[in-house]
Amino acid sequence: MSTRIFGSGIRRREDPRLITGVATYTDDFVLPGMVHAAMLRSPHAHARIRRIDVDAAKRAPGVLAVYIGKDVATALKAVPCAWLLPNANLKIAVYEAICTQTVRYVGDIVAVVVADTPYQAYDALDLIVVDYEALPSVTDPELALKAGQPQLHADVPNNEAFHWVCAGGDIDAAFKNAEVVVKERIIQQRLIPNAMEPRAALAQWSGASGELTVWNTTQNPHILRFLSSVVTGVPEDKLRVIAPEVGGGFGSKIAAYPADFVTMFCAMNLGRPVKWNETRSENFQATTHGRNHVQEVELAAKKDGTILGLRATSWSGMGAYLSTAAPGIPTILHGLMLSGVYNVPAIKEDVYGVYTNGTPVEAYRGAGRPEATFMIERMVEKLAKAVGMDPVDVRLKNMIPRFENGHAVITGLSYDSGDYPAQLKKLVDHIKYKDLRREQQEARAKGRIVGIGIATYVEICGLGPSQVAGAIGFQGGLWESAIVRFHPTGKVHVFIGASPHGQGEETTFAQIVASMVGVSVDDVKVVHGDTDTTPMGWGTYGSRTTAVGGAALVLATRKIKEKAKVIAAHLLEADVEDMDYLDGKFFVKGSPDKGKTIQEISLMAHVAWNMPAGVEAGLEASTFYDPPNFTYPFGSHFALVEIDPETGHVDLKRYVAIDDCGPQINPVIVEGQVHGGVVQGVGQALWEEAVYDDNGQLVTGSLLDYALPRADLLPEIEVLSTVTPSPHHPLGLKGIGEAGTIASTVAVYNAVMDALGPLGVETIQMPMTAERVWRAMQHKRPQAAPQGGR
Amino acid sequence: MRVPVSITVNGRRFDREVEPRQLLVHFIRDLGGMTGTKVGCDTSQCGSCTVLIDGVAVRSCTCLAVQADGASVTTIEGLAPAAAAGGGLHPIQEAFWNKHGLQCGFCTPGMIMASHELLKHNPSPTDDQIRHGLEGNMCRCTGYQNIVRAVREAAAVMGGK
Repeated sequence: MSTRIFGSGIRRREDPRLITGVATYTDDFVLPGMVHAAMLRSPHAHARIRRIDVDAAKRAPGVLAVYIGKDVATALKAVPCAWLLPNANLKIAVYEAICTQTVRYVGDIVAVVVADTPYQAYDALDLIVVDYEALPSVTDPELALKAGQPQLHADVPNNEAFHWVCAGGDIDAAFKNAEVVVKERIIQQRLIPNAMEPRAALAQWSGASGELTVWNTTQNPHILRFLSSVVTGVPEDKLRVIAPEVGGGFGSKIAAYPADFVTMFCAMNLGRPVKWNETRSENFQATTHGRNHVQEVELAAKKDGTILGLRATSWSGMGAYLSTAAPGIPTILHGLMLSGVYNVPAIKEDVYGVYTNGTPVEAYRGAGRPEATFMIERMVEKLAKAVGMDPVDVRLKNMIPRFENGHAVITGLSYDSGDYPAQLKKLVDHIKYKDLRREQQEARAKGRIVGIGIATYVEICGLGPSQVAGAIGFQGGLWESAIVRFHPTGKVHVFIGASPHGQGEETTFAQIVASMVGVSVDDVKVVHGDTDTTPMGWGTYGSRTTAVGGAALVLATRKIKEKAKVIAAHLLEADVEDMDYLDGKFFVKGSPDKGKTIQEISLMAHVAWNMPAGVEAGLEASTFYDPPNFTYPFGSHFALVEIDPETGHVDLKRYVAIDDCGPQINPVIVEGQVHGGVVQGVGQALWEEAVYDDNGQLVTGSLLDYALPRADLLPEIEVLSTVTPSPHHPLGLKGIGEAGTIASTVAVYNAVMDALGPLGVETIQMPMTAERVWRAMQHKRPQAAPQGGR
Repeated sequence: MRVPVSITVNGRRFDREVEPRQLLVHFIRDLGGMTGTKVGCDTSQCGSCTVLIDGVAVRSCTCLAVQADGASVTTIEGLAPAAAAGGGLHPIQEAFWNKHGLQCGFCTPGMIMASHELLKHNPSPTDDQIRHGLEGNMCRCTGYQNIVRAVREAAAVMGGK
């Protein structure tokens, strides 16, 4: 493999169309005869629909149709949940595309209007009269599970969607032998992903041929086609899903949504292309949220800081219905990672998935792993304090030593490779930790409130072997695919099943091909996002596109090289065994001057005038790659905060991230992923929270009320790395998309707690706004456990 | 009711009859083809729809088309008109590309137009000034760091220090 282009921070191939404004996102498409849909959404968190009057809306100017629940009920099957978590008593409630009798969260769809213009469609929404009988609601997952609470679904007693248990080792013995037990109640607040592009769908039906074409802001067009086929009945061969330019996802564009299917229904019923483009307000209400756990955690240890066991109960709010992948997020992707980078001899976690009168909760950047990392990293800090040790020393004492090819942990996973202690030591050296601690003492002596926060993590990504996917109830495979197609002139098309939406694989995958077969990176075009032209793939989420799709691509290029070598040997009248390869040229060993370039071979393969016996014309290879294991990137992060004693404002002064995603195809893109990830995690620690009031109204329903990170609130983030290749990926790659988010929330949290430790503050509910920090400081003693999850 | 307006967009005059309530961003996006200006929110918070009206950066979702009657509007497509045909980029566009100042690209047109405004008033901003100058434009992908680097580079190229 040439190292010149692999590992080079070249500019992205995607960018010219994006910086000039000519890129086309779903809302930018205009089709002949296109009309516009708008959704009427429930203003109630929980209500019975007594009557709907749509007559006035139907007569409004420009209106083509108004549909309510009963109009679509026979045409559309229920919105599917595709992660059927086993051994958890999973109860999947019916998720109607348009509600027929009951609404269960503010944002549930009640009716759809189709009109000539979006303005007319929204006007007509106002003319629909719905007679609701309001019902009591509940949005706190812990509360919703208790007796006497409002019941969301008749067939789901106590709103319990599932009860999943993760157990390994002898947890009772761990606590029996404990010399120290530390406890914490952690609220992982509800977050709203807020990809800058709202969701949108455009559907075009050809009644004559029975073909449905869908443009959609999806992270996984092939899954959307699969599920759309199930819900609409249009066969897969007649259903084309296109994810054009997609403006960020962060998990919120994984799910197949009611509005997607309703838009398809409208197009099929009217025979007109129908576009639906959600408003930001709608995005807040109806596009999936993230996190929303209430956790009770306790850690058993010895006085010397040795961890003996971790026990937890987690109440996970799922919202009103189970979204596409929702059941797997607070369970498989959370509980199995609870031991983090440490030797934890025993673990037990009970996870209750609970229906609540809130927006459905799905994967959100990190998806289960930030919540696991927060738990163990918070407990390690508390342990350090309890036994009077430095938190870095407690971490090093318990860390799994360096391993290169598999390490079994108590939850049943086998981490692929890692060197956690060396990385943490690198961080400690880089930040001059001991000096910082001394400076902190000096600052404290002057009345300043300064805190140092460390967080380490290991995450599970590169999802994942399909056999495991089946065992854990995921209703699909988790392999990826790639087609590498040479053209006669030696230019290359790459078709992938995954569907990047900002991560830059049009560039990094071209770098892989260029480095593997010796063409120029400019000669490789990467195509994705269209189910009619790309091979099946399971999509871009879980930091898996490079880890799995990239591996498929490497294997496809190897097939290309094998065939090219045979053709070259034939053209050079040599034995295949005598052939050698370097930088795009095949030659007889010892005679590099007389070789054939990959471009020459491609031309000969296409004209096919002189092919070796039994070798097909053309130069193309296709691979479906199913990984033998997950990948396990890891990192060590550091945050330095200073708190204003007067106002409680937390100033993030410095942030250092060291991440290990294996070898880096393009370090500039890796750094960009870390920047964005870190800031999203900082947002959770300091600013972001979805708040429902007692009536289930979303109080933080706009960008005015929900505090997204802004440019002026952040310091420069220092990004460093270590490189520990994955033993099972053909290039050792692991994935980087979620890393920053997984570590940064708890790094900042630990820093704030470190700052406030001398004041006796032990917990502050996130986000740690100035008001909450100020209040905690006034008490100057341990706060009461916060109420929360609302 | 429809009202006649005459709005010049990227150097070309458009005479249209519009509903008084039509937002400028929808006017621009409906002209045919010029969809670079994005609608990211409905409360004028995100800045994705930022355009220049007579040289001043304005959120085109807070402005009615009728308010722009007689004005000259520049959108991302008009910043370096030859770019779409493969010609030269504006230095700010080039800097966003060079510094990996975008990922999904959705906030980028607004971010570039806001940067244009920032550099007009302060040709050689400090990092803090860049961050404050762009606080009204939201990006969920980049964490802003490479955007700051891009604006810094653009300032240098455009003659600031």
